Amino acid sequence: MSKRKVYLDHNATTPLHPEVKKVMIEAMDAFGNPSSLHSFGRQARRLIDDARDKIGAFIGGKAEDIVFSGSGSEANNTVLNLLYCAARHCEAPHTKRHQIITSQIEHPCILEAAACLEERGIDVVYLPVHKTGKIDMDKYSSVISDKTALVTVMMANNEIGTIQDIKEIGRIAHKHGAMFHTDAIQAVGKIPVNVHELGVDYLSLSAHKIYGPKGVGALYVSPGVPFCPFIRGGHQERGRRAGTENTIGIAGFGKAIEMRVTEMGPEAKRLSSLKAKLKAGIEKNIPNIQFNGHPIDSLPGTLNVSFFGAEGEAILLYLDLEGIAVSTGSACASGSLDPSHVLIAAGLPAEEAHGSIRISMGRDNTEEDIGYTVEKIALVIDKIRKMSTVR
Amino acid sequence: MDNKFEWVYSEKVKDHFMHPRNVLTDEAAYNADGRGIVGNIKCGDEMVVAIKVDKKKNTIAECKWKTYGCASAIASTSILSEIVVGKTLDQAYHLTAKDIAKELGGLPEHKIHCSVLGHKALRAAIEDYYTRNGMTNKVEEEKAHIICQCMNVTDIEIEEAVLEGARTYLELQEHTKLGTVCGQCKDKAIQMLEEYKKKHFSK
Repeated sequence: MSKRKVYLDHNATTPLHPEVKKVMIEAMDAFGNPSSLHSFGRQARRLIDDARDKIGAFIGGKAEDIVFSGSGSEANNTVLNLLYCAARHCEAPHTKRHQIITSQIEHPCILEAAACLEERGIDVVYLPVHKTGKIDMDKYSSVISDKTALVTVMMANNEIGTIQDIKEIGRIAHKHGAMFHTDAIQAVGKIPVNVHELGVDYLSLSAHKIYGPKGVGALYVSPGVPFCPFIRGGHQERGRRAGTENTIGIAGFGKAIEMRVTEMGPEAKRLSSLKAKLKAGIEKNIPNIQFNGHPIDSLPGTLNVSFFGAEGEAILLYLDLEGIAVSTGSACASGSLDPSHVLIAAGLPAEEAHGSIRISMGRDNTEEDIGYTVEKIALVIDKIRKMSTVR
Repeated sequence: MDNKFEWVYSEKVKDHFMHPRNVLTDEAAYNADGRGIVGNIKCGDEMVVAIKVDKKKNTIAECKWKTYGCASAIASTSILSEIVVGKTLDQAYHLTAKDIAKELGGLPEHKIHCSVLGHKALRAAIEDYYTRNGMTNKVEEEKAHIICQCMNVTDIEIEEAVLEGARTYLELQEHTKLGTVCGQCKDKAIQMLEEYKKKHFSK
């Protein structure tokens, strides 16, 4: 008898939307190089242009503001790298600005890129967050100055789901003449994102978080802001990102965004309700727990919970045996012993952070999935606690 | 789950993880002859090992445990509780983490550290038994001092790491994992690193 399978790790990646898959299969025949002028090339170019139109429109920008990349991480790295590039080589308006402000709970691709800039002499401020995961705005206001070149703060956190007040963070950045970037990889397609309303200069997004393919991301670049390509070579993407475009992936990205136009709203409502059920079920059946993240300003499908006395990897693997896929910021799962930097930044003691799991729901999850999950989590936590040194 | 998507763990680890043996379910009611506890929950893993001793044969009659930790930590303590039964105290005392990993059919490299605490807890339990029974002469005075509280790394291990080739703090961390949690031992560890380098390698 095959066991029930429940995928609850959508913040890690999502399954391909069937419509996206169809479009990608069709795109496989468009093998021409999009830079070629002949009909084969033009066929591929058309697919890319269509996707660019859709993505630009979805976030309230223009098609030409979209630069495709090989991943969301690449889009994020591009922004941080251009700061160094602008400061050192391009005589951009930011030459005299040598500080970036980011937060302690950013994705590793921002934190690592920032650390690399620090080694090259750029001052990086990592803003602390409150217990809910919201940026400490007082600290932000006190450190930003005319030395700040760039503020980069993620729109929605991948681990705890907290949504930041991006509009306000951007307003303050601009008041001081700094550029503003948001890593919106977990936000786009899940909550409304409009680059003009938010007032961002750069915004990163990725296809595989919204039922599109892996290996394709994009960066929104507001007209007129400084830019340096991260990948140099050919003249693709109007000279902003070299490398032959991933036609199939980009076509899939475009379709994934197109599907979001109609599916996002109803899905967000449905996921919010599933999340409320999941939360209530866990609360009712399992003692000694704590939900992490912001109670209201949070992604509809993301729930992070700490189970005292149970270690994250053990929870994850026992659930895996029941066919349920979740993720953990627990150290032991990754091999390093450091617990999740996000939970620690949000003030969780290490012993609580070790026992936390992230449940991230998506379009295929049903009420039955949630009922099954609550039942199994309760059994698993009970089993682990029975053999734990901490009850 | 599908067999074609294997876990990173061996079937034996998986078996012990799924069906842990000899769990110490009611610690208060368990009349142990020796009890050891190592690690701490702040760092991630914590283990309690409790033993009963066959005093005539001087062997371990029963071994029970509790573990706060990941799958490899749970499986390590579980298998340990089986293999030590019947062994003399001396044999059990000298079991190594490597022996345990071997019994489990191997552990992924990044999980070896999770198996280390099990044998340390067992050692602590045997030492506790020796101490309770006036056999302190049997407790091997390693003169080890814990330098990194979080990862339970001693000065002896630091010396071993230096002898194995660690020359910088980073290499020392790669060998021992010390300072990878709270980092408070960093200064002390660097000082010791330099001392051992001088002791063994200065001309």
